[in-house]
Parts: sequence; structure tokens; C-alpha cells
Amino acid sequence: MSVGPRVPLLKAAWLVLLKDWQIEWRTRARLTALIFFALSTLLLFSFAMGPDTDALRRHAPGYLWLALFFASVLSLGESFRIESENQALLGLILNPVEPRAIFLGKVFGNASLLFGLSLLLLPVAVALYDIELSKAPGSLLLVLLLGSIGISAPGIVYSAISANARARDVMLPLLLFPVLVPLLLASVNATRFCLGPDAQNQLPSWLKLLTAFDLIYLSVGFLLFPKVAEED
Amino acid sequence: MPSWAPLAALVVVVGLIVLHLAVRSTRTWVWKVLTGLGSLMLVALVYFGLFWAPPEAFMSDVGRIIYVHVPFVWMCMLAFTVNVGAALAYLFKKSWRTDALAESSAEVGVFFGATGVLMGSIWARPTWGVWWDWDPRLISTTVMLLVYVGYLAFRSFTEDPERRAAWSAAAAILGYVSLPITWFSVQWWNSLHQRQSGSGTMDKPIRVVYFWGAVSFLTFLFVFIVKRYEIARARQTGALELPPLEAPKGQVTT
Amino acid sequence: MQSQPPAIEIDDISKRFGSRWAVSRLSFTLPAGRSLLLTGHNGSGKTTLLRMIATATFPTAGKISIFGHETREKRELLRHDVALLSHASYLYEDLTAAQNLTLLARFLGVDDSKKQVAELLERIGLTERADSPVRQFSAGMRKRLSIARLLMKAPKLALFDEPFGELDPAGILQMENLLKELQGKGVTIVLATHLIEQGQSLTQERLHLDQGRKETP
Repeated sequence: MSVGPRVPLLKAAWLVLLKDWQIEWRTRARLTALIFFALSTLLLFSFAMGPDTDALRRHAPGYLWLALFFASVLSLGESFRIESENQALLGLILNPVEPRAIFLGKVFGNASLLFGLSLLLLPVAVALYDIELSKAPGSLLLVLLLGSIGISAPGIVYSAISANARARDVMLPLLLFPVLVPLLLASVNATRFCLGPDAQNQLPSWLKLLTAFDLIYLSVGFLLFPKVAEED
Repeated sequence: MPSWAPLAALVVVVGLIVLHLAVRSTRTWVWKVLTGLGSLMLVALVYFGLFWAPPEAFMSDVGRIIYVHVPFVWMCMLAFTVNVGAALAYLFKKSWRTDALAESSAEVGVFFGATGVLMGSIWARPTWGVWWDWDPRLISTTVMLLVYVGYLAFRSFTEDPERRAAWSAAAAILGYVSLPITWFSVQWWNSLHQRQSGSGTMDKPIRVVYFWGAVSFLTFLFVFIVKRYEIARARQTGALELPPLEAPKGQVTT
Repeated sequence: MQSQPPAIEIDDISKRFGSRWAVSRLSFTLPAGRSLLLTGHNGSGKTTLLRMIATATFPTAGKISIFGHETREKRELLRHDVALLSHASYLYEDLTAAQNLTLLARFLGVDDSKKQVAELLERIGLTERADSPVRQFSAGMRKRLSIARLLMKAPKLALFDEPFGELDPAGILQMENLLKELQGKGVTIVLATHLIEQGQSLTQERLHLDQGRKETP
């Protein structure tokens, strides 16, 4: 059989990621809306809590991550909405692009978007909740990165399957959020110890949990995604 | 009740279950025997749990709910383990049987889990003075239930049976993987907050009744899954047979 | 001894959607290099059959072999050699015509993607609209872009699902020429269309489907 030069898995994943970035850039109005959605969530939390600075500061990590969680549902849903228009996902698979490359590309594409979003939210959180970023900035960035990957890895699989279900907008958070409970606990607590005192040095354990969560879901998703994306 | 009684009952029940699974011809009557046996064991559980076992040291008579509450949560976890086993089997080799088993075990599991959590809440009220407490086991079980409620909702919202089987198998695996992670993270988080968790040690008679309860509900878990599986299979048949071979074969029209 | 395996070998396939059988107990063989006309009413199973040949979906029962390879087992291999022009354009609405083609070129590992994309756009007459997003395109323009995708892939087996639909008379003529050109290069073609006369002039074999079954037309 005549086989053209085959594109290796990681290269293909990188191409998928670039394609998603390219589409995000071309539809940046939608991206802007997503950013403002997350920002207004932060704002709403501070309104709901009232002007109690201490409470706001204490709960800031939780608000930050909830804002990211809500925004992630929108970005993950969007990630497969563009693929279901004109059956583009099938087009990719028939190109042919390995489904696993699509999984990796989309997970890291979505994670980079959420990570970028979290960086934008930080200064706003400083302004609204009076938090201090300078205590452990390196660890904080790591927590945000690991958390973004952790949302995206199971999120991409769930988004792929719920894209075809009825009531898909409800389906995605219904499937995704319960699974993300450990990630929420780990990232909120890790963020808390990055922002405030960490008397018992608990940050490393939460970071380990975050890393383990990411690795587990990256590998499970990597194995499952071909069964999800393709008919069998 | 002698301390070997739950074990003996377990041997009988597991023996009957194995018989049902292994010998096809016994499937018409084993479930009836198990239902009868389970009902008798349940009556015994009422007696042993309410009158025979001494009241629990900390919680007095209220604590007796654990003879039902804890076995229910165990049965729920067992059902979800069957569910993920069926999901894995489906992904390795497509089969409508494993898909039906996945559906039925998840549904029965949610029934046991929801009832178990409800009883936990009823227990919490007199014990801790609130309907809901941040007890790590209660939280983990509730999150587990949410995972499977999502799973069942997803199944009912997807039309194409073949795609539904593959997709829900993937969802089942992702969900099951999360259960131990949730358990550990909630435990960890709880210890961080220096919270008390429920009872630790247990008197021997209490433990015996507790296991007796678990074996009684195991019979019902099995019968429920078997019956629900038969319903799922009945829904599948008719849609699954190949169309008849009417058209003449092998002719090429040019 | 057979020197070349048949292009398409369909062995008693059936395909179910829910409780409906889209294709029922179908068997058929198409020798390599021959072209097939696939006819039938709407909903007769033409599209489903083409999708199965293209490895987009797989039969519920039975087997399809393309160039001697079973579709389910060898899907990755076959996808390099089979291209499907379908109702769905597989285009990204938010990307431009050129970006859509460049994306495909990169995935195919084409060396000089820029040059090839420019040539293809020229050929389908969309050079001037190269940088417009697909969202603004008419149905005919999308079809042309899909043709460019198919040409870039240079398949050994090309499947056309209603290729004349949505095209103007000039486009239909171009499509006919394209089919002849591909046949000249030895590409095996399956053409599903309502336009039976047009199709018959372009193909040697014919398969007529009625409710997912093979019928004599």
C-alpha cells in the first residue's frame, strides 16, 4: 500500500493543539466572553459574601477554583462543539489523525486556555479579595497548571461523549463535577497554602495528589479516547 | 447468634449465586430460593439487630441503624464494582450482555447507595444533632452517588444503543477511577480540619449482626441485579436479530 | 492466483441504527480500477454503505475488505488510501479556506504544503476567497473545498456521495472531468447519485439499493 510520510503521535497532537489555538484566536470574541464570564463569577462571589474582607481572603482559593470550574464547562463544551459542526472530528479521524493524538492535543489545548484564564483571574482576585501572591509564586503557578490539566483530562473525554447526547449542556457538568471533587479539594487547599501560612508544610502532599490525579486521568483518558471518538 | 452464622450464610448465598451463574438451567429457580432465604435472613436481622444485640456504647439504640445503613453502602459499592467490570468487559469485547449488566448494576447500586445515604442522614440527626455532617464517609458516598446518577442520566439521554454502550462504558471507568481518589482526598482534607469521624471499635456481637445484615442484603442485591438485567435484555431483544436473508445473494447488476 | 485483491469486497454486511436496519445482508465485490455507480432512493442505505467503506463506521454484522484489508482491523492503514466526499464537509467553520487545507496538508505530512494549497485553491477557483472563513461560504463553495481536500489526499479509492448536488452546471461539468481524471490515474471510484444517466456514463458497474438491500434496478 502506498503510505505517505506518517505524522508521529506527538507531532499530530501538537498540530491538533495548534489548530485549537488557531480557532480560539479566530473566534476571540467568544474567548473574551469566556474571560468576562469567569471575572464576573469572581465578582459575584464577593457580592454574595458581603464586604467581610477576612472571610473573602480566607475563601479566595475556593472562589478562584469555582470560577475556573464554571468557565471550564464552557470551554470544554466549545472544544467539541467546533468538532461536531460539519462532523469535523470524523474528518480529522479519517484524515487520518490518531484519536489519541486528538485527545492529547485537546487536553493540553484546553489546559493552556484555562491556565491562561487563571493567570488573568489572579490580579482580579487580588483586587477583590485582598490576597497576597508573593508568598510562593512558583508553587502557585504550578498548582494552577496542574489544576488546569486535571480539569481538562477527564473533561475532554466527558465533553466528547456528551457532545452527542441530548441536553448536552447539562450533561457535561453532571458527569464531570463529581469526578473533579478530589481535584477541587487538592487545588483549593494547595492554593490556600500558597497564599497563606502553611504551618504543617502540607503543600507538598496536595501537590502530590494533584500530580497523581493528572497522571491517572491522562493515562485513563489516553486509553479510553479511541473507543469514545470512533465508532467500533 | 453464634459468630460463625454470618460466614455460613455467606457460603450458602455465594454457593447459590455461583450455581445461578454457572448452570443455565438453574436460573429459573435459584433467584426464588435466594429471595426466600434473604427474606428469612431479614426477619432474623430485625430480631438480632433490635433485640439481641446490646446497644452501642456511644449511640445507644439509634446506632442500630448501622445494621442496615452500612451493608447498604457496601452493596452499593459492590454493585458499582460489577458495573465497572461489565464496562471493561464491554470495551474489550462488544457484547449486549455486558452492556445490560452495566446498566442494571448501576441502577441497583444507586438504589442501595441512595437509601444508604438517606439512612446515614437519619442517623446523623440524633447522633450529631444535624441532618448533614461533614463526615468523610458520608461525603465520599454522596459524591460516588452523584457520579452514578450522572452515568444513568447520560445513558437515558443518548439514543444510539451502540454508541451509548461504548460511551457509557468509558464514563463508568472514569467514574470508578475517581472513587478511591475521592475517598483519600476527603479523608486527608478531613484530618486537616481535625474533625471527629464516627465510631471506630465495635463489640463482637454488634459485628456479627452487622455481617449478618450484609449477607442478607447481598441476596437482594443479586436478585435485583438479575431481574433488572433480564428487563434490560428483554428490551434489547427484537432489536438485535439480523434481518432475514431475503434478497438473492451474489448477483451483480451491471 | 489473483494478482490484485478487489478494491471492495463486501461479505454479507448488515448495519443497524437503533432498531432500524440501514443495510441488510449485502454482498458485493468491486474489482480494483473499476468504477461503481451506487443508486437508490433517499434512505436506501447509500450513505451508510459509503461511510462503512470509508471506515467512518463499521458493519453490525459481516465484513468489508478494501484492497484485501478488513476495515475494522486495518482502519489506520486504509484511511491513508480511502477518501470520502460526503454531505458533511468536515470543514472547520471558523478557519479560512486556506487554513482548512493547510491543516489537512500538515496532518498528511505534505512537504511543500504552502505551494500545494495555493495550487489546489487555484484549481477549484477559490484563490480570491482563500482568506475568508468557511462560515461565509455557500454550499457550492464548500463542496469545492471538499473536493480540494479529496485531491490533496490523493486516494486509491475515492467515494462520492451525491457529488453533483449543490453544484451549478459549470461545477457539474468540472466534477465529471474530475471523475474522469481520477479514473485515468487508476483510482477506483464509487459514485452515489440520483442522476443515473450521468452516473452510468462515468462508471462500469452498478449497485442499486432498496431499503438497505441489493435490488435489480
